[in-house]
Amino acid sequence: MSDLTTHIGNLKMVNPVMTASGTFGYGVEFQDFVDLSKVGGIIVKGTTLHPRQGNPYPRMAETAQGMLNCVGLQNKGVEHFCSHIYPTIKDLPTQVVVNVSGSSPEDYAECAARINELENINAIELNISCPNVKQGGMAFGVTPEGAATVVKAVRAAYDKTLIVKLSPNVTNIVDIARSVEDAGADAVSLINTLMGMAVDAEKRKKLLSIGTGGLSGPCVKPVALRMVYQVSHAVGIPVIGLGGISNATDAIEFLLCGATAIEIGTANFLDPAISQKVAEGIDAYLNRHGYDSVKDIIGALEE
Amino acid sequence: MKKHILDLKVVEVVRPHERYVMLKLTNPNGALPEMRPGQFAQLRVDGSSTTFLRRPISINFMDKKKNEVWFLVQTVGDGTRQLAKLLEGDTLNVVLPLGNGFDLEAHPATSEKRPLLVGGGVGCAPMLYLGKTMSERGVRPYFLIGARTKGDLLQLELFAQYGDVYVTTEDGSAGEKGFVTQHTLLRDSGRFSEICCCGPKPMMMAVARYAQSSSLPCAVSLENKMACGVGACLCCVEDTQEGHVCVCSDGPVFPIEQLKWNTRP
Repeated sequence: MSDLTTHIGNLKMVNPVMTASGTFGYGVEFQDFVDLSKVGGIIVKGTTLHPRQGNPYPRMAETAQGMLNCVGLQNKGVEHFCSHIYPTIKDLPTQVVVNVSGSSPEDYAECAARINELENINAIELNISCPNVKQGGMAFGVTPEGAATVVKAVRAAYDKTLIVKLSPNVTNIVDIARSVEDAGADAVSLINTLMGMAVDAEKRKKLLSIGTGGLSGPCVKPVALRMVYQVSHAVGIPVIGLGGISNATDAIEFLLCGATAIEIGTANFLDPAISQKVAEGIDAYLNRHGYDSVKDIIGALEE
Repeated sequence: MKKHILDLKVVEVVRPHERYVMLKLTNPNGALPEMRPGQFAQLRVDGSSTTFLRRPISINFMDKKKNEVWFLVQTVGDGTRQLAKLLEGDTLNVVLPLGNGFDLEAHPATSEKRPLLVGGGVGCAPMLYLGKTMSERGVRPYFLIGARTKGDLLQLELFAQYGDVYVTTEDGSAGEKGFVTQHTLLRDSGRFSEICCCGPKPMMMAVARYAQSSSLPCAVSLENKMACGVGACLCCVEDTQEGHVCVCSDGPVFPIEQLKWNTRP
């Protein structure tokens, strides 16, 4: 057994495996499949200041080795989260991180301030990269200035670990990462989904209700790996890598490229027990290669 | 109900028709978990270059004594075509049981009023296990099975073990010609205690209209496109009186009054 302990800011986790927002519900949905104490952390569904109905159905289209979604941040709002959901998840045996989204810097800050009061939530992941919501989300995440504005507003309202989730739908993700680091982020997570589209040739129709959606799954992994490598070499804060991770080998590739922790998203749909298996697989890899600690392989790619 | 990820073994593959396959599976490592009629399973697809996600398939039948669960699959795309290639002895990874299933307590049958179970096309699949469960509880349902043509009628001899079977085909090659809602059985709605329905959406909406005009309770099983199957991704939502809810975890069975379908007669 190697030392898998992982730190992201002040967030201490038993291992570097987290589950990505919007793919693991509030964790309780997966308790029949996963021993949550064997997973570093779970990032719960995107939460906004006010309730959101999300986009109309259909919200999902399959592609080769991946899927598109345009859920559009459906959630019952931060008050509902604090009063109804938090009591049911606050004692889960893992780190619970809340993904926070909004449509103005003030919205983000107010939502974050409300979650700041929750004793057992030690971090938030700021979503400035949702491709499925017209106002906000990705609008802030595509320029260094926009990203910094939101992060500064939230930083002033939130004093625990602040992770900022970055969009790959940008000209240069490194510029955005540097900007959010300067604005006070404790860590960055990347990548959110890649904007895409799917059509039905026979019916000559778009397959998603709003036309476009976010692409995830194994097909995006090479893009994610490249971006994690670039960003981890450009910033001083920890990088959490995600994008198409389906097994322990994928996770180790992200760690080698410089990620301190990883998130598992779409793969939870194919194997609901995958997060625990990835954590066990990382441990087996470290033992097989004679490493004492997972820290020894972070950024350990030989040039 | 606790959900399980199981490697089931194929004990028999029945191909009643070129577009359908019935898989009979057993759990080689113990008893299969309890499953309710109307619940479903997520079947993993191996070996497809285009299908990525699991296929949600309803529980067709469960035989506790034989420790068997059956799935009736219509080959629609590459994922279901891969499932149809399974052979006796193969292993199939499944997640089950998922969803809520039909409520067997809500509308009790009487000596005069019995449940009507309507299945259209492959939508007849969950009606077999539902009918069997009702029959075990001393209720003999009416089965009304609709299909395009005679060859699409499946498992009729099995339905006949548990209830009275009525059939429509669109081309008149078996049973009465037309849609299920045109069957003469429906002329006397007083004989039904409730309606349970699964099939193509236009058929379910027609049945829902009939139920409303006859003041009969009616539950339908939806098949919106799903990803996770456990209520986590919010992809398969249906717009209901309570807003967007997940078909996979809040359904797939809904009383029609919960839906926003325009079924007023």
